[in-house]
Amino acid sequence: MSLLHLAIISPFLLAILVPFAYKLFRQIHTGWFILPLPILLFSYFISYLSITSNQQSVTKSFSWIPSLGIDFTAKVDGLGLLFSLLITGIGALVVLYSIYYLDKNKEQLNTFYVYLLLFMGAMLGVVLSDNLLVLYTFWEFTSFSSFLLIGYWYHREKSRYGAQKSMIITVFGGLSMLAGIILLYLMTGTFSITEIIAQSNEIFTNPLFVPALLCILLGAFTKSAQFPFHIWLPDAMEAPTPVSAYLHSATMVKAGIYLVARMSPVFAEHSLWLWLVAGFGIVTLFWGSFSAVKQTDLKAILAFSTVSQLGMIMSLLGIGAAALHFETVEDSYFTVATTAAVFHLINHATFKGSLFMVAGIVDHETGTRDIRKLGGLMNFMPITFTLAIIGTFAMAGLPPFNGFLSKEMFFTGMVRVLEMDIFNLDTWGVLFPVLAWVASVFTFIYSMVLVFKTFTGKFQPEKLEKKPHEAPLGMLISPIVLASLVIIIGFFPNIISNTLISPAQASIMPPAEGYMYDAHIYFWHGFTPELFMTLGVITVGILLFATLPKWRKVYDMFPEKLALNRFYDGMLEVSQRASFNLTRLYMNGFIRTYLVYIFTFFIVALAATLFIKDAFKFDTSNVAPIHYAEVLLALGIAAASITILFVKSRMTSIILLGAVGYTVSLFFVIFRAPDLALTQLVIETISVSLFLLAFYHLPKLRHEERIRFKMTNALISVGVGAVVTMIALSAHSNKMFDSIAQYYVENTYKEAAGKNMVNVILVDFRGFDTMFEITVLGIAALGIFAMIKLRLEGGKKNENK
Amino acid sequence: MEILMAFVIGILFMSATYLMLSKSLLRIIVGTGLLSHGAHMLILTMGGLKRGAAPLLGEHASSYSDPIPQALILTAIVISFGVTAFFLVLAYRAYQELGTDNMDRMRGTEGND
Repeated sequence: MSLLHLAIISPFLLAILVPFAYKLFRQIHTGWFILPLPILLFSYFISYLSITSNQQSVTKSFSWIPSLGIDFTAKVDGLGLLFSLLITGIGALVVLYSIYYLDKNKEQLNTFYVYLLLFMGAMLGVVLSDNLLVLYTFWEFTSFSSFLLIGYWYHREKSRYGAQKSMIITVFGGLSMLAGIILLYLMTGTFSITEIIAQSNEIFTNPLFVPALLCILLGAFTKSAQFPFHIWLPDAMEAPTPVSAYLHSATMVKAGIYLVARMSPVFAEHSLWLWLVAGFGIVTLFWGSFSAVKQTDLKAILAFSTVSQLGMIMSLLGIGAAALHFETVEDSYFTVATTAAVFHLINHATFKGSLFMVAGIVDHETGTRDIRKLGGLMNFMPITFTLAIIGTFAMAGLPPFNGFLSKEMFFTGMVRVLEMDIFNLDTWGVLFPVLAWVASVFTFIYSMVLVFKTFTGKFQPEKLEKKPHEAPLGMLISPIVLASLVIIIGFFPNIISNTLISPAQASIMPPAEGYMYDAHIYFWHGFTPELFMTLGVITVGILLFATLPKWRKVYDMFPEKLALNRFYDGMLEVSQRASFNLTRLYMNGFIRTYLVYIFTFFIVALAATLFIKDAFKFDTSNVAPIHYAEVLLALGIAAASITILFVKSRMTSIILLGAVGYTVSLFFVIFRAPDLALTQLVIETISVSLFLLAFYHLPKLRHEERIRFKMTNALISVGVGAVVTMIALSAHSNKMFDSIAQYYVENTYKEAAGKNMVNVILVDFRGFDTMFEITVLGIAALGIFAMIKLRLEGGKKNENK
Repeated sequence: MEILMAFVIGILFMSATYLMLSKSLLRIIVGTGLLSHGAHMLILTMGGLKRGAAPLLGEHASSYSDPIPQALILTAIVISFGVTAFFLVLAYRAYQELGTDNMDRMRGTEGND
């Protein structure tokens, strides 16, 4: 186990110690014990920068289940390192923020930090695993810890609902991803991503390739809240704000992005990949930004905004795949989309994290997140206001913040779709820039709503629970750090271009030998179409924002019934009710019904087998001769058993059963089985007396009646009888080999010193059977004794409760 | 003879099935009794009904009946007797406690099933 492995599992190890720290040091906020770890990990991962900057990678392997090809292989390359830095860096800031956000006297801090550390370790595992099954393990860990964190305030119903919803959707996707992983394993024979990428050309024509692609994408789309699976994200906002900032803006929702980026070298050459990733991405972008405008809750706006920004990154990754179809990957003309995706990934993590923290501060200091109650907070919270301005303007794509740069590159990537002439992009491709532009207008509007409805306008103190004031310094540190990053990256984008962006891009689209991506980001492109698009976004956005109250009614036109949440809830309810009704339908509690199922299955399965296999054979060559006595006995037993069906009195039927038993005993006499005849005689006598004992001494049954005739019963019983007869005839006519009885005949006296063969078989040759048959009798006797003796007094009362 | 026996066994199985599908607990137990008779006869018949001496070496016969099915049936008879006895006492107790032998009425209460 290397230091790298230790780094990945260190959050899990620390999570074990958290409850001790919580119980032992009640005065100190538990968060302070956690804070050093992400900082330490962050600095540790910084040390890898020098390696990945040269677009190299480090691989460390640790044997886990070698016989199944599952090794915990950790690989640090550009993409993995970028995510690791995001996870640990924002993780540290979120822990710091949470120390001031969560009250140590009111909250269960130990569970909070245990879950958070679980999540952090799982996320590191996802982005640094080279083995797909290990990746999947950590992936489910993130779903699981996210479930726990969303349901942190488990006494609230909405938290539980949100947690369950996110669990159902992400685990659904996770399982589909597992299927994709298994399909990839079937094609390549390995779980290692590096080796799968090496074989990607060979599996391209494999019939399992497309199913694997679809399964993996389903996993990525559900995790990254792509349309129509985005519905869990707004409901996940019931989590504490540090969780929303960390999981639902910066890290977990990007796991799907990571997966798409990571698997790009395997799948991206397929046209389906480009269309699905780019198509779902752009639709998500549009739908998310469109829906964000109508929200009134700060965190709901941010949730839909996250959905839309994730869609934007996803669409860029999809469009970037087009570069693979041209002569050289090095032609950076189409790779700009991938550069933009990575760049915006970083930018989004910075500004969205800070915005969530701002929303948390507003919530914390005023007691509400509803923008209809907020307003005019600018004078009370100048620092928070400044932070909000920076975050929202970056989100809207305004200069000089980093969002501007990535939005420009986004437009560049989308405009260049028009020049692609593959996969029908020349006809439908025009939708991409158009949707992108419209979505950007909506992005501008909700960004402005977010900042101006909260901080400017009329101050409404009567609607607020608390008197608003500036947040404590500790709470402000994290958003200040993130906002400064927004500005620093905005002004000096190239400090990260060759250290972070190019290496990540090299992992997404491995270049030819010796080539290095150069992701130089220019602040000024000249008078390009992108610039005019941005100007258009700003102009139209300002106009629409100013007239928002007038056209807001547009949203009311969309019927509530068509909402995806309705669909999800309906689906849950319908499936629940349907399975309940289905079970009620066939599990009706009547033993007769179940017997009908069993017998019908017996008849159908056996008769069908006889028929299909043509197994029925009738051969009279091997039969014994018939004597009159036997015919008489046969007629007697048949008559007695049929008469039982028609008699009214139960007593008569018991006697008839005895008659059948004695006839069987007579058969045993005729067929030369003296021991059987003896046993049968005795046992039949005892059985009949037991029957009589059991039912004669009971108070007389009120009314005895015949069995009511039912056609189904008659058909089934005739069927059972016929099938048994047919199988008996067929089996008798198909004798394969002689009996092994000759051995017993010869050895009964020689080996076992007995002359009664049956008895010698029972106690000598096959004595084990007899031993357990004795056990059966013993158990039955004890059971009967217990049934009669044990009468629990309380039993009846409890039952009726 | 085996063919005749196959039909006799079929009739025993048919009656047993019909009884087991009825509502009365007693009739169900009678049905299981018939079913075990049918099964025992089936084992014997399938072993072959060729005439030979009873499987006792003292007979000094040239051929004997097959002793193995007889040993199997003997085991089966004892086990089915044990189970039937248990089942009967169970039915007796059920009747004592619940006051009915109608299977349709022996059901858990709503929410208790």
